[in-house]
Amino acid sequence: MNKQIILSVKDLSVSYGNINAVNGITFDVTEGQIVTLIGANGAGKTTLLRAVSGLIPYEGTVSFSGINLKGKTPHEIISGGITHVPEGRAIFGTLTVMENLELSAWVVKDKGIYRERLRHIFSLFPKLEERKKQLSGTLSGGEQQMLAIGRAIMTGGSLMLLDEPSMGLSPLLVKEIFKVILDINKSGKTILLVEQNANMALHIANYGYVLETGKIVFHGSKEVLSGNPKIREAYLGV
Amino acid sequence: MKVVASAKKLAVPAILLVGCALSCSVSNSNLVDRYVELVVMYVGINFILTLSLNLVNGYMGEFSVGHAVFMAIGAYTSAIITVKVFSLSLGPWIFPLAVLTGGMASALAGLLVAIPSFKIRGDYLAIVTLAFNMIVKSIIENVDFLGGPRGYLGIAKLTSLVWVFFFSFMALWVIRNFVYSNYGRGVVSIREDETAAIIMGVDTKKVKIMTFMLSSFFAGVAGALYAHLLQFISPKSFDILKSTEILIMVYLGGIGSIAGSVLGASVYTVLLELLRPLGIWRMVIMPLVLVFLMIFRPKGITGLREFKWFIPSAEKKIKLFKHKV
Repeated sequence: MNKQIILSVKDLSVSYGNINAVNGITFDVTEGQIVTLIGANGAGKTTLLRAVSGLIPYEGTVSFSGINLKGKTPHEIISGGITHVPEGRAIFGTLTVMENLELSAWVVKDKGIYRERLRHIFSLFPKLEERKKQLSGTLSGGEQQMLAIGRAIMTGGSLMLLDEPSMGLSPLLVKEIFKVILDINKSGKTILLVEQNANMALHIANYGYVLETGKIVFHGSKEVLSGNPKIREAYLGV
Repeated sequence: MKVVASAKKLAVPAILLVGCALSCSVSNSNLVDRYVELVVMYVGINFILTLSLNLVNGYMGEFSVGHAVFMAIGAYTSAIITVKVFSLSLGPWIFPLAVLTGGMASALAGLLVAIPSFKIRGDYLAIVTLAFNMIVKSIIENVDFLGGPRGYLGIAKLTSLVWVFFFSFMALWVIRNFVYSNYGRGVVSIREDETAAIIMGVDTKKVKIMTFMLSSFFAGVAGALYAHLLQFISPKSFDILKSTEILIMVYLGGIGSIAGSVLGASVYTVLLELLRPLGIWRMVIMPLVLVFLMIFRPKGITGLREFKWFIPSAEKKIKLFKHKV
């Protein structure tokens, strides 16, 4: 167990005008693990991910593999090895499935790597291959989520930020998506998972942080968190 | 297969050559009525304008409403070159260069508009472009060197059917290739979801600069052709009304479509000419046509779809495959 810390966040604060969305958060993500951030609506989960990938300005430091990300453009951060699956999927509806994936050529310049990743995605999501010529706006919600994840895999990177992959999906599809997340993790990617569905998230995660109004209130391994009576009551509904 | 491939490679220069020869012979013979020829030239110029604005408003999903300003910059720059810098006898030889220089001057102005677009979108960017249109118009009105509000006189008639065809074709070819390149995908991804485009690693700043510059370049080219066709330009020819006219052609034809730009420019220009006998009433009928179009077909005539000929063959293969799988 000589795992390295891949993402380190220190005293991260983000405010929208006068409102502090994230208030001095410190946490680490260890390489090869699935780390989850759980919390209710408005806890600051999405804001946190957006800060990490450089989409919004913040205070504090975020370092990835020892490199400080402050002042870097999102374009540089994505090329540098962080992938981000945004909330609400945000696929490009008027483009076909294939065209959505092809957009990754902005980051992936090598044709061999590009094809290899494409094959990997189609093995993870055979449905996407069947529908590769279809306009992505006409896909079902689950398929769109698969495309959003697939699209992120295309850009490569060793750390994947996943923002509420279970949003708006049926329980069966949620199971399927989480199985894929585990597969992706096994294939060597570190995952930072933001979820409202705490049950599912803690089920697959190695470590968890609980967010409440912009602050981390609990953290611990999966067993510790699922054993905590307060968390069981507030988030797991048991 | 090799023969087919090399034939396809030659298709573009072949069409260009045949088209130029054809338009040259048409304008030198008396086969076609001068008036019809003039209308065709207007269609060509309007097509370049429509397609260039479609790049920003249709493909990228921004809302630029001051497109005539780029036309003005191209028109004035090229006119100064053919009138002041080079004598009229040299004019015909210098003309294509003057048109390209006009385009480049406009492209530089496009860079200015690209900068606010990093921060603002939608209605706010529309107001910025509107203001830019007004500013440039006022500047031209107040500079004596440019003729002020009286307009710029003494421009030779250098625009011919051949040049209009040549530049229309270039606009079509360049913008088609741009739209189907990786940059073009980036442009469309900004329209669909800018945040998602950013996290896919699209350098949105670069894409916006390129798109605004390319769009204003061709608007400048169209302005230069317009100036040397009409032989007279004044600030009034490039006011908000002209910008609105270009907007109408874009939305009439169909956003995000080259075929839509061809149709929008042709239908609008020809219809306006056909309605000429109605006098002032045509300005009542045209807006009505638009109102009905917006009610019954808000996406425009083609609406995001494309004619097969305008899709590069490498892309077509995928499209054909679609029905087999």
